[in-house]
Amino acid sequence: MRFRAKIVDLACLNHFSRIINTVAKLAKTCILRLTVCKLYFILSDKVANGGASMWCELSQGNFFDEFQMEGVAAEHNEIYLEFVPENLWRALKTAQNAKAVKIKLTNKHCPCLRVAVELPSLSSSSRIVTHDIPVGVIPRRMWNDFREPSVPDFDVSIYLPVLKTMKSVVERMKNLSNFIVIEANLSGEMNLKIETDLVSVTTHFKDLGNPPWASEDGCQSSAQGRDLESMAEACIDIKKLLQLLAGQQVNPTKALCNIVHKRIVHFILLHEEVSLQYFIPAVA
Amino acid sequence: LSRIGDELYLEPTESGLSLRAVNSSRSAFASFLFAPLFFQLYEPGSAGPDTELFRCKVHMKSFLGVFRSLPSLEKSVGKCLILLKPRASRLVLQLHCKYGVTKTHNLAFQECERLQAVFDTQRCASRLRAPARLLAEAVVHFPPTLAEVTMGAGPGGKISLRNYVEDEAEPSKTMVTELCLAEDEFQSVAVAPGSHITFCLKEFRGLLSFAEASNLPLTIHFDEPGRPVIFTLDDTVLEVHLVLATLSDLESNSQSPSTNGMSHLPAPSDDFADDLESYMAAMETSEGCSEGPPSPIFPLRTPQPAKSKPQEEDEEDEEEEGAVPGTPPHKKFRSLFFGSVMTAGRPGLATTQEVLAEDSDGES
Repeated sequence: MRFRAKIVDLACLNHFSRIINTVAKLAKTCILRLTVCKLYFILSDKVANGGASMWCELSQGNFFDEFQMEGVAAEHNEIYLEFVPENLWRALKTAQNAKAVKIKLTNKHCPCLRVAVELPSLSSSSRIVTHDIPVGVIPRRMWNDFREPSVPDFDVSIYLPVLKTMKSVVERMKNLSNFIVIEANLSGEMNLKIETDLVSVTTHFKDLGNPPWASEDGCQSSAQGRDLESMAEACIDIKKLLQLLAGQQVNPTKALCNIVHKRIVHFILLHEEVSLQYFIPAVA
Repeated sequence: LSRIGDELYLEPTESGLSLRAVNSSRSAFASFLFAPLFFQLYEPGSAGPDTELFRCKVHMKSFLGVFRSLPSLEKSVGKCLILLKPRASRLVLQLHCKYGVTKTHNLAFQECERLQAVFDTQRCASRLRAPARLLAEAVVHFPPTLAEVTMGAGPGGKISLRNYVEDEAEPSKTMVTELCLAEDEFQSVAVAPGSHITFCLKEFRGLLSFAEASNLPLTIHFDEPGRPVIFTLDDTVLEVHLVLATLSDLESNSQSPSTNGMSHLPAPSDDFADDLESYMAAMETSEGCSEGPPSPIFPLRTPQPAKSKPQEEDEEDEEEEGAVPGTPPHKKFRSLFFGSVMTAGRPGLATTQEVLAEDSDGES
């Protein structure tokens, strides 16, 4: 089981760092899954995470100049590692003017991801900073815990408003309540609501648009044949929503959410080279 | 100075005004000596045959409060007068500002003993000199909350900096960062091979930002672990010293892997030197790993407990006053100075700190 990769292009490094920063804001610990073509950051919906889960996927070719991976076995050519993304973010944060960044899986005293940053210096040789990030290797028998979640059978799917606006609205609501209700319909309308004993606040968005989902096998999904004005809603932990919105530093190409009435909200944020899915379950 | 202690010691001397501070655990000391030429007027007062030049200490916050906003001070203040009035028990700071405005601050002070750490840069085996910017660039790679850093001779003649991981912290959970600086990045390097010291970053960062702002090169004098590290800045009118205690080696010097795993990480090589196949094979067949990643099977190096050590260190360091039983097993940052006279009344530290050097003033 081996892994090593190298980034030389500064723009790629910057972009990759920002992705790690986003992941770090959503999960204290998560799984890094490595395959020949892709990297995945996975947070599974254990109780410790408050039931929220995350699936972030990117193609290694868009970021790395070199990428070599050998999985645990020929027929299971993948590696699953548990790590603290904040550590990786810290290692990359001060590497923004690096000549090269190399990442390697090593095992000196315990398994680590060694990030070696080669920095320019005034002397004849480059300055090298190495960060050893401890990782836990996930054995093959546990890989099933981290499969890609399927798109839920949603009631409404709608594009999100401009994330910056949504974030500032939710930030202010956070001071008033711990839970927020997201409701939306198939006419492009979405409301964010909080309600406490003293106060209730609702922010209305309209003309957001609803993404077209092709039904896979022609059978009716919950969304089809649905009254266009009728709202599907879910009450979720406001902090989780804010974590997602605050972690976005670049406007995604597409941002949408799927609401399963009173069950779960599924957020999909698509950038050119990376896709992020975040599931927040509804509270009872 | 405020990064180090809560009290500012003012000591006028013939060679200038000395401002000093020490931290509560007596493991950090700093002094700034402003030569008479730094001032428009400098009158240290007169010392009689039986009296010394007057010295005092004031609350750091009170003193800093007078100079609160530097940008506005630079615009409005023409002159600043500092006057010590022993009989009135006041330290007077008078700011002469524009438009005839004079702001007078009267600070209460306390008389005090002479605050002087005992150290000698000549006795240090190793010395480094570098522009402050180089060290600031190095320190930025470590998290702002990091408490201690280990600095020393690295592989290939380089100088390495590495975050210090406490012995109790689980090695499999802590991120380790190491940075190597080439010799030619320094203005001068004279480092004993294999030497290293561990010191607190907090006070050092304070000095570093001062050095960067004043564009002065920084000299680092150090010796064996446990002996203080001395940082100096020199200018025609200013002499700065920062003295920090260093962590003493918990393992005896005869062992080659020294504390904090300073057996250096080899420079990243290009071939696949690290193979986890055997690790994976062992893990697949192991039992009982029901939740989360299994613990590593490779034995983790743990340093020996410190309890057996005081005797050995006694022999190495001739200035020790004797083995101290019950020394806490970790964090052996020694007190630099001040004998029992000064530490009386601080119950926790007095009994467990080893004293390397007596207070130079003795009983007075």
